Amino acid sequence: MELLTPGLGLIFWTVLIFLLLVFLLGKFAWKPIMTMLNERERFIEDSLSKAEIARQEMALLTNENEQLLKEARAERDRILKEAKELKDQIVNDAKGIAKSEGAKMIEKAKKEIDDQKNAALAEVKNQVATLSIEIAEKVLRKQFQDGDKQDALVSELLKEIKLN
Amino acid sequence: MILSKDCLKKITSIILFSAFFFSYSPSFAQTFELDSVSEEAHILPPAEQEHALTAQNAGHADKEKFNAGEMILEHIGDAHEWHILTLGDHHVTVPLPVILLNDGKLDVFMSGGFHHGEQDVTTKNGNTYRLNHKGKIESVDGASFYDFSITKNVLTLFVSAIILLFLFIGIANSYIKNKNKAPNGMQAVVEPFVIFIRDEVAKPAIGAKYNRYMPFLLTIFFFIWINNMLGLIPIIPFGANLTGNIAVTMTLAMFTFIISLVVSNKNYWAHILAPDIPKSLYILLVPIEILGVFLKPFVLTLRLFANMTAGHIIPLAFISLIFIFAEMSPMAGYGVSVISVGLSVFMKVLELLVCFLQAYVFTLLSAMYIGMATEEHSHDAHEHH
Repeated sequence: MELLTPGLGLIFWTVLIFLLLVFLLGKFAWKPIMTMLNERERFIEDSLSKAEIARQEMALLTNENEQLLKEARAERDRILKEAKELKDQIVNDAKGIAKSEGAKMIEKAKKEIDDQKNAALAEVKNQVATLSIEIAEKVLRKQFQDGDKQDALVSELLKEIKLN
Repeated sequence: MILSKDCLKKITSIILFSAFFFSYSPSFAQTFELDSVSEEAHILPPAEQEHALTAQNAGHADKEKFNAGEMILEHIGDAHEWHILTLGDHHVTVPLPVILLNDGKLDVFMSGGFHHGEQDVTTKNGNTYRLNHKGKIESVDGASFYDFSITKNVLTLFVSAIILLFLFIGIANSYIKNKNKAPNGMQAVVEPFVIFIRDEVAKPAIGAKYNRYMPFLLTIFFFIWINNMLGLIPIIPFGANLTGNIAVTMTLAMFTFIISLVVSNKNYWAHILAPDIPKSLYILLVPIEILGVFLKPFVLTLRLFANMTAGHIIPLAFISLIFIFAEMSPMAGYGVSVISVGLSVFMKVLELLVCFLQAYVFTLLSAMYIGMATEEHSHDAHEHH
């Protein structure tokens, strides 16, 4: 069978060409291709691990930021609290001052009122005294229209002065 | 007596190997069947002669009757001239160089000198050759010589080698240019296959030292694949049945065989000559194991040869049907042509897959044979059976 008998010439050329191909392709094609493939794979792996590290660093940074934020919040709360205390104190102080001032003013007002009242009372007393003297004058004038009675009274008064 | 697990695995592996081989024998048988078909075509004298007569009446006295077997064998075989077509009795061929080594002297001339076998050629060295009816060159005086001619297949071999070199050195350059970047163009087309050979073939089969064999495995894979594919293109200088030629497949298998022998270690031979089984079984298993060593390249040779040859024969056989039927009646020829063309196209599409598959199988088995030969721990070797 002709198909099954290998031809010597073709074997020779196949060996030659195939060896040449293995040599040339091995040197100029497979070597750079395999090297570049491996290098690229390593590059991708490196990049991925670098990205992972960057991600971890980011996470760390985020953590720090959170910490800072927390601290800032606490600080703010503290400041607010202090401010509130200060405010309360100020308000309380103000209240005390206002109270004492008020009390003073009331005192003053009371004194004024008393003074005024005393003055008024004194005037009323004067008025009453004046009025009483006028009334007494009128009453006495009426009683002492006749001379007898005037003489009796004078004598009586004289008696009294004597007694004094 | 209890057969060890190891021993059972050996027997299974042998059965598997033979199954692998014989599973391809149907396509192999096709080759022979076609010859008988062609002989049957001879034994149809009444219709044929009638046709010949009508042909003569029509003025085509020289028209030979169609012989499918001859046509197919001519297409799948090697030749000293590249036959393109025949117009009437005029053959349109491309002559190819003939290189003969006769008695230590080279006889070089163009095959056109034979005028398709009608004339003898006498060289400067005084040797006279003729082209016999099988397309083989023979010496008129019966002297033996070696034929290193650039035949159809050798020309295809050159062309495919040039294509491979241009393609892959170009790709290698784009790898250097696109360092650490995504592949583009042909680089992107080829890369998956290179990675596939590396990760799915070489690494699992050979193990840690796979890198050493990558140039061989990649070359053999792309050589077979590209040549399988070129065989599908029916335009000169493609379409030759190079990977379906037993000389080529045998040579490739020999490379695998020689490499696996050269790199084989102690474990491999211990595994074959002194396996871990009862001594009484040696008489049975050691010869089988030794046979297995030689069976491996043999199986590689035949599998690729039979598959690619069958792949070339089947579409040709479908096309032949058109002419066989056309000789009976032209209308039958037209009718059959529709089916034949459809089936041929289907087969060619199927061949696209087979082309890749055979290249892959050859490479995988080569890698496995190398892997078996270089295995370090003998008890791990069984995993590959």
